[in-house]
Amino acid sequence: METVKLNEAQKKSRRGRNIALGVVLAGLVVLFYVVTLIKFGNGMVN
Amino acid sequence: MTVIDNHEAMGMDGAPRLSEASARDYFELLKPRVMSLVVFTALAGLVLAPGHINPFIGFIAILCIAVGAGASGALNMWYDADIDAVMTRTATRPIPAGKILPEEALAFGLTLSAFSVIILGLAVNWPAAGLLAFTIFFYAVIYTMWLKRSTPQNIVIGGAAGAFPPMIGWACVTGGVSVESIVLFLITFLWTPAHFWALALFKMGDYGAVGVPMLPNVAGQATTKKQIVIYAVLTALIGICPTLLGFASIGYGAVAAALGLGFIWYSIGVLRMPESDERMLPAKKLFAFSIMYLFVIFSALMADHLIVNIWLNAGSVA
Repeated sequence: METVKLNEAQKKSRRGRNIALGVVLAGLVVLFYVVTLIKFGNGMVN
Repeated sequence: MTVIDNHEAMGMDGAPRLSEASARDYFELLKPRVMSLVVFTALAGLVLAPGHINPFIGFIAILCIAVGAGASGALNMWYDADIDAVMTRTATRPIPAGKILPEEALAFGLTLSAFSVIILGLAVNWPAAGLLAFTIFFYAVIYTMWLKRSTPQNIVIGGAAGAFPPMIGWACVTGGVSVESIVLFLITFLWTPAHFWALALFKMGDYGAVGVPMLPNVAGQATTKKQIVIYAVLTALIGICPTLLGFASIGYGAVAAALGLGFIWYSIGVLRMPESDERMLPAKKLFAFSIMYLFVIFSALMADHLIVNIWLNAGSVA
């Protein structure tokens, strides 16, 4: 089967987009974690 | 057989059309310069509102408002890609430049809209999330799809979308809308026409080429200049309302009055500008001043609020 070959520019831009997406997803994990601590923090301590 | 059978996914040369768009190109879809203004005015609403908000929740609120505004910018670029390609000011945007496909921008805008509204609702409160959703709808549908290409009053009504952020910031703290937040809304709402029509005057050729009915193209320069002065006066008056209504000090009122007089002064400069003036320097000066005006007026409101609070706290301690 013939597959798509990416050129260097396409590989570079894809790598950049993947890194940005990874950073956003990691940021969302941290965001939800901290919000949970803030919203339920007092209740969990008690 | 190849893994790509869809002919629409092939470029002119028959090779697969694979994206070379960078993360920066996607960021450009969010209109970062507009977003910075949104962040600033939303922060003002957040700071000025009575009550307390956890600093991290406040940060999330600003982030969601910024992303929501950016998402509406992406939806605007998706819908306006045809006219953006013709106008010099917008021809280098990611869609007309061929870096991002319109449907990619649409999906990006819709996804970010949903995420920003839902996260604001879950993390902060649902009235603020509702206001953000309405703002995105207003900018993308009411302004971009309907008003922009149909009436010379497009930016007067559409300006509401840009004026909502301080109101959303306020709602993030209080959970509602009040007279004070409506005044914050009106400052940007009444400022928008003079700001945009100054730009429309020296970009008349661009707007004329794409058939967007901006006021100078439809009603002429003379009418536009008079309208600019009227809105500059209204902006100057609403600018001092925080002092008159008692939620800002006399000091802020003095700064707002001086800025308002400056706004009127520059608008009169535009009124006196001859129609034969091709450089349109007075219009460019008014445009530049208007940006500075909004920045300083909201800065002054926040500084005034912080100084008064420090003063009151010092008084109560003493």
